[in-house]
Amino acid sequence: MNKYLLPLIVIVILIPVLILGLQKDPRELPSQYIGKPAPEFDLPTVQDPEQRMGSADFRGKISLVNFWGTWCVGCRAEHNFLLQLSREQDIPIYSVNYRDQRSKAISWLAQLGNPYVATGNDEDGRVGLDWGVYGAPETFLVNADGHVMLRYAGPMNPAVWEDQFLPRIAELKQ
Amino acid sequence: MTRRLAIMLAAMLVTVSAFAIDTGKAFDDPVLQARYEHLIAEVRCVTCQNQNIRDSNAFIAADLRREIRRLMSEGKSDAEIKEFLVSRYGDFVLYRPRMSGKTLFLWIAPFAFLLFAAFAFVRVLRHRMMLPIDAETTKEGEAQ
Repeated sequence: MNKYLLPLIVIVILIPVLILGLQKDPRELPSQYIGKPAPEFDLPTVQDPEQRMGSADFRGKISLVNFWGTWCVGCRAEHNFLLQLSREQDIPIYSVNYRDQRSKAISWLAQLGNPYVATGNDEDGRVGLDWGVYGAPETFLVNADGHVMLRYAGPMNPAVWEDQFLPRIAELKQ
Repeated sequence: MTRRLAIMLAAMLVTVSAFAIDTGKAFDDPVLQARYEHLIAEVRCVTCQNQNIRDSNAFIAADLRREIRRLMSEGKSDAEIKEFLVSRYGDFVLYRPRMSGKTLFLWIAPFAFLLFAAFAFVRVLRHRMMLPIDAETTKEGEAQ
């Protein structure tokens, strides 16, 4: 009896660990910037290359920063929800058009609607790389001090907004 | 049948070279080029996680290769380049993560398991040696 006790204990410990491991999404990478200052950037806007937008724009207020591209399927999936957020919430959404063509981005925004306060043109993906973006869409919650509070990789949707973003925003507003 | 097989094999030969990416030399200096090739083989493509950025044609892999080339031509050391990558993408981006509080378990676990296995092996062996020998010999005797 005693002989089987130790293997039994090992198995009982291992099984939940392995099951937990299986449930984790290996594609999900934690952002390195949580609680840290968001990387600074300054980009020409998509609409007008003469105008600039960047991290200075969202200093002093809680904001969302969304990385998207017209080539990205998930971005189209989340677009209506972003429009809804821009109408219903008082949190400004800034965006970085990541590794895209300017003309395509302009017609996308004209056709589907524009939820963004300002959109920077990151054609070579350098700002995305600085922010640790590994795919699009990605959405960051930045606090008034310009610190990253949350990063969600994947299309935004009501469930993610309610479960992850709203509680964080409520904390920040206290 | 054999003809079909031959065509299929020929088709398979054709596709092999189609995967090559960024094959052009990044640096004229062979020392730099060797360093570059070594580095890009050690960096994980974060969207296609089981590939390094040398073998991937994903956007992000191309961007990372470009940044590594830029940093190298600015005279940055390998350690500085790795720091640049880790600060953005975390330890996961390196195939051989650096020793740190977070990665300590990764580094120690294999040795701990090995030690445990050795301990178990010795225990089992000792236990076997303590078993009465006559049980074995009588069995053999019966067989003969």
